[in-house]
Amino acid sequence: MDTKVIKSKFPIFQNKINGKQLIYLDSANSSQKPKTVIDRISKFYSKEFSNIGRSVHSLAVIATNRFEETRDLVKKFINAKSREEVIFTKNATEAINLVASTYGEKFINKGDEILITELEHHANYVPWHFIRQRKGAIIKFAECNDKGEVDIDEIKKLITNKTKIIAITHLSNVTGAIMPVKKIVDLANEKKIPVLVDGCQGAPHLEIDMQKLGCDFYAISCHKMYGPTGVGILYAKKKWLDILPPYQGGGGMIEEVKKDNITFPGSPTKFEAGTLQTAEVVGFSESIKFIEGVGIKNIMQHEREILEYGLEEIRKNNSVRIIGDPKNRGSIISFTIKGIHPHDIATILDEDGVAIRAGHHCCQILHKKMGIAASARASLGIYNTKEDIDVLKNSIKKCNKIFNN
Amino acid sequence: MDIKELYQEIILDHGKNPRNKNIFKDFNKDAKGHNPLCGDKVHIFLKLNNEMKLENISFEGEGCAISMASASIMTEIIKGKEFNVAKKIQEDFLNMIKEGSKLSLNSLSDSENTTMMSLSGVKRFPMRVKCATLAWHTFIEAVEGNKKIVNTEN
Repeated sequence: MDTKVIKSKFPIFQNKINGKQLIYLDSANSSQKPKTVIDRISKFYSKEFSNIGRSVHSLAVIATNRFEETRDLVKKFINAKSREEVIFTKNATEAINLVASTYGEKFINKGDEILITELEHHANYVPWHFIRQRKGAIIKFAECNDKGEVDIDEIKKLITNKTKIIAITHLSNVTGAIMPVKKIVDLANEKKIPVLVDGCQGAPHLEIDMQKLGCDFYAISCHKMYGPTGVGILYAKKKWLDILPPYQGGGGMIEEVKKDNITFPGSPTKFEAGTLQTAEVVGFSESIKFIEGVGIKNIMQHEREILEYGLEEIRKNNSVRIIGDPKNRGSIISFTIKGIHPHDIATILDEDGVAIRAGHHCCQILHKKMGIAASARASLGIYNTKEDIDVLKNSIKKCNKIFNN
Repeated sequence: MDIKELYQEIILDHGKNPRNKNIFKDFNKDAKGHNPLCGDKVHIFLKLNNEMKLENISFEGEGCAISMASASIMTEIIKGKEFNVAKKIQEDFLNMIKEGSKLSLNSLSDSENTTMMSLSGVKRFPMRVKCATLAWHTFIEAVEGNKKIVNTEN
């Protein structure tokens, strides 16, 4: 794979940051966008735009078709059984809130248990906290070990007759640990407990096949997949979508409205209230084409190479502590430098054009577990190279030099 | 701009060896400050006597070098001063950090001036302004506030 060619597809890399070449190591936060995605949005607004699913004029038909074609692309990309299982949301956070709210309303009652892990992003904890408050439910946290991974036995031992849902990340946005989703689903199936997977970090970096994974719900963040902001996807098994109540009410999601009653259509319409982020969804079709063009296997192999090189190089610096050491790791390196706060690291790196994230990465529970308040995080995308890691490594040395440690 | 203008020797020194970083027994005012986006936390303790003089001031907290150095520098400069004077210094400091204006007070000694000025580089780093101002807002809250936690996002 020619990374120079890949990088050239992303216009952002033509810009200088603080007079330096941009080294973008913040893709777990949000990825950059290829020109095809940017152009697609522009073309849609220039030539095809209208609101979808409502009017009968020609533009409405064209726009609706482009939007629904994207649903078909997603269905194929994630290997869902049917297109009705693909719901567009504003982000992965909304996808998880949708499940927590509707499933929680219908199936979770006082004393019932929601099983999550200590690795979870706040987006896969806070929505369940609302259900805990509303319904008097209990949230149990499967412990993560000092390698920053959750052993399946930790999940197994927390499952009880009261467990109503298991909600887990696919790939930790802090330690990079890849969860054994398939095994957890098998375990949950024995007890007929549905599994929700927060796929924000999984979908851009791993092969995701819904029928193979077998999970009940899978939340996707499109802007982390080289796609536009404002688009998330909820995959859900049809059997759930048929029985879950609507999430938000409004136009576009009704069947018949009378003064004394309202009826609703089936999925996905039932769950897509109001005018959606049409252009962004259409733009996302080009993200899928981009990923498929490069090939997810090639993406995985390339990112693995860069990750291993990065871990090896950064470990050589004795002042650096890498957070977690999971056996099965995705493209994330979180770290601290002795005596230097992550925000100071991020500011110093930024001067060299190196964009990383510093903070708790929306994982305060995990950081507390690791005994730190914050960390610096370098996260990879398809456009990163070994040279990027070399610049990062030298910038880290610069931190050492400035802070004289 | 060179990154060393932000991380000047004075700041690094205060960051590594913060002054007045402790809790003293007879404080009669305190307030907590929190920067939820970065996680910087500061807790200011002070003893204000009947003449509104800051007899003693200290802080506890954790955060980046800028936030800790700024808290340390603040306690060093305002300790022993009248609250009204300290408040003017605070306003002067905020103007310097946010507006880039020069320090206008002539009540500060040359060395106090130099120490305060060491933080002026923060102005060029908008994402770090809140780190530098947290302790100063929290100090005012300790004296005038109603025990709310100072939150840089509200």
